[in-house]
Amino acid sequence: MTAQTPITAGIETGGGTWRFPASQPLRLDSGARLAPLEIGYKTYGRLNDAKSNAVLVCHALTGDQHLASTHPVTGKPGWWDRFVGPGLLLDPERYFIICTNVVGGCMGSTGPASTDPATNAPYGLKFPVITIGDMVRAQAMLIEALGIDTLFAAVGGSMGGMQVLQWAADYPEKLFSAVCIAAAARHSAQNIAFHEVGRQAIMADPNWMSGAYLAAGVRPEKGLAVARMAAHITYLSEAALQRKFGRELQRDGLSWGFDADFQVESYLRHQGTSFVDRFDANSYLYITRALDYFDLAATYGGVLAEAFVKARHVKFCVLSFSSDWLYPTPESRDIVRALNGAGCRASFAEIQTDKGHDAFFLDEPLLDQTLRGFLAAQANARGLA
Amino acid sequence: MSAIREDFAEILKLVRPNARVLDIGCEDGELLELLTREKNVDGQGLEISPEGVAACLARGLAVVQGDGDRDLDHFPTRAFDYAILSKTLQQMREPRHVLSELLRIADQAVVSVPNFGHWKVRWALLSRGRMPETGALPEPWWSTPNIHLCTLRDFTTLCDELDLRIDACASLAEGKPARPIDPRQPIENWRAETALFLLSRRAEPQAAAAPPRNLFGEVELPEADAPVKRGRSRKA
Repeated sequence: MTAQTPITAGIETGGGTWRFPASQPLRLDSGARLAPLEIGYKTYGRLNDAKSNAVLVCHALTGDQHLASTHPVTGKPGWWDRFVGPGLLLDPERYFIICTNVVGGCMGSTGPASTDPATNAPYGLKFPVITIGDMVRAQAMLIEALGIDTLFAAVGGSMGGMQVLQWAADYPEKLFSAVCIAAAARHSAQNIAFHEVGRQAIMADPNWMSGAYLAAGVRPEKGLAVARMAAHITYLSEAALQRKFGRELQRDGLSWGFDADFQVESYLRHQGTSFVDRFDANSYLYITRALDYFDLAATYGGVLAEAFVKARHVKFCVLSFSSDWLYPTPESRDIVRALNGAGCRASFAEIQTDKGHDAFFLDEPLLDQTLRGFLAAQANARGLA
Repeated sequence: MSAIREDFAEILKLVRPNARVLDIGCEDGELLELLTREKNVDGQGLEISPEGVAACLARGLAVVQGDGDRDLDHFPTRAFDYAILSKTLQQMREPRHVLSELLRIADQAVVSVPNFGHWKVRWALLSRGRMPETGALPEPWWSTPNIHLCTLRDFTTLCDELDLRIDACASLAEGKPARPIDPRQPIENWRAETALFLLSRRAEPQAAAAPPRNLFGEVELPEADAPVKRGRSRKA
């Protein structure tokens, strides 16, 4: 029943939508089952004979599987294409790189915009609540379907980093090394608060129609755009905003009204409106909920170290950014202390930058150096020339 | 190979092959890399400077950006065979606490300290009446990172107070071969410029035995679990 649609363009070597038969449902943390399950994914490079060179890259909240492929909606380059390619950190000549759209997403994996087999209409709010653990379980199903026993590395930033931690907790035996960038082991009250603002903005849009907007042929674009604008502020630092925009005006003089007088307003509006073209509002609700529910230690009696005791063989690299106030450095330190407490070998560095949380997408030479050093050493230990 | 620092060469001799090693203040990872290459150790570094951390990562070492004053408490008891603290104990805010932490985390500690009882130090103070600047203590008083200097006798006294056993000790001096010494000999407190110690516990660490529970406020926690008060060692 599985179908693989090979699409090869650029440096891609495969991908498409993996369809699991209804007999293979995704078992969710909520107790519900999701079937049939579809996973959108992309691959770069080839699996070696020893099957020892697979790297899973986990995307952030609004990311998708277009890691180093042109985005089909926006036409923009892949979200981490500066790290994936010949001679780059993740070299397809050396690694078999996989990136999947998370379950609950809207770029090919089963999500609230998918068709509910029970009603033949989009799931909408009938879609079950999902967790980071569910996302990882779906990834593990795909990895197995691709014939891979062990990942050489799981790599991710932000929500992707949380998936990496979940991998270490749930599938330590399938992991050789793990890279967790600008993430946290749980969502803080402030994180939840910002997400709630975004969700309320979506739900306050009359076009949201209690989640059933697709059947009505409309989309809550205004609400989703506001959600994106609020969230986008948390991805930047005050210093970065000040440097980029200051109090600069769009035009000469003030409008004495509510047009986007300031450049920063115009920038945020653009972030909002361009986001709605490529993202589903219900997906945004579900994925932010998954993030809010994330608390890795909770499943282990509140002791984070317990989550990692079976991952002592895994080599960890944890990185944070000094100006990230979404998942600030102390969150990463907590992860590292738990890893040390569990007896895991971990590396940790705080990268000095004023670019905030989004530094993980940007040109940050120290990030490059650190990741390069870590992965090269792990590749060496794994015997990947 | 000929360019190995004298203290590193001495540490290399002390460390067992295949041991688990924590190097606190590992700088660019030179020692850990040496130990990994020569003794196949399973190493973990702790280093405060971003440059040092980047250098360690480039060498393929596991390194955590952090410092000995804040980050030792999070390592589990007896997680390592050796904890190495090279020439930085006197820079710690709580050297006494750090020392006992080293021997909670590891079975043995390798610690080197500059000796403030060295004759050059005593002479500088006596003759010029100024803070000494010597090979082991090169910086002027206003820029030195050393905030808790001690003499050899101070250090061995602290080891006794903490119930630590000195398994080995060597005197180190710039450009000279290491010399095994008995650190309790008064003459060594004049002669040794820097001393390297291999320490272990006389008794099992407190945390290894089940500590008395204090759930209902009936049982007093033992003294060793109480936070170390500053200035206690001075009184003793």
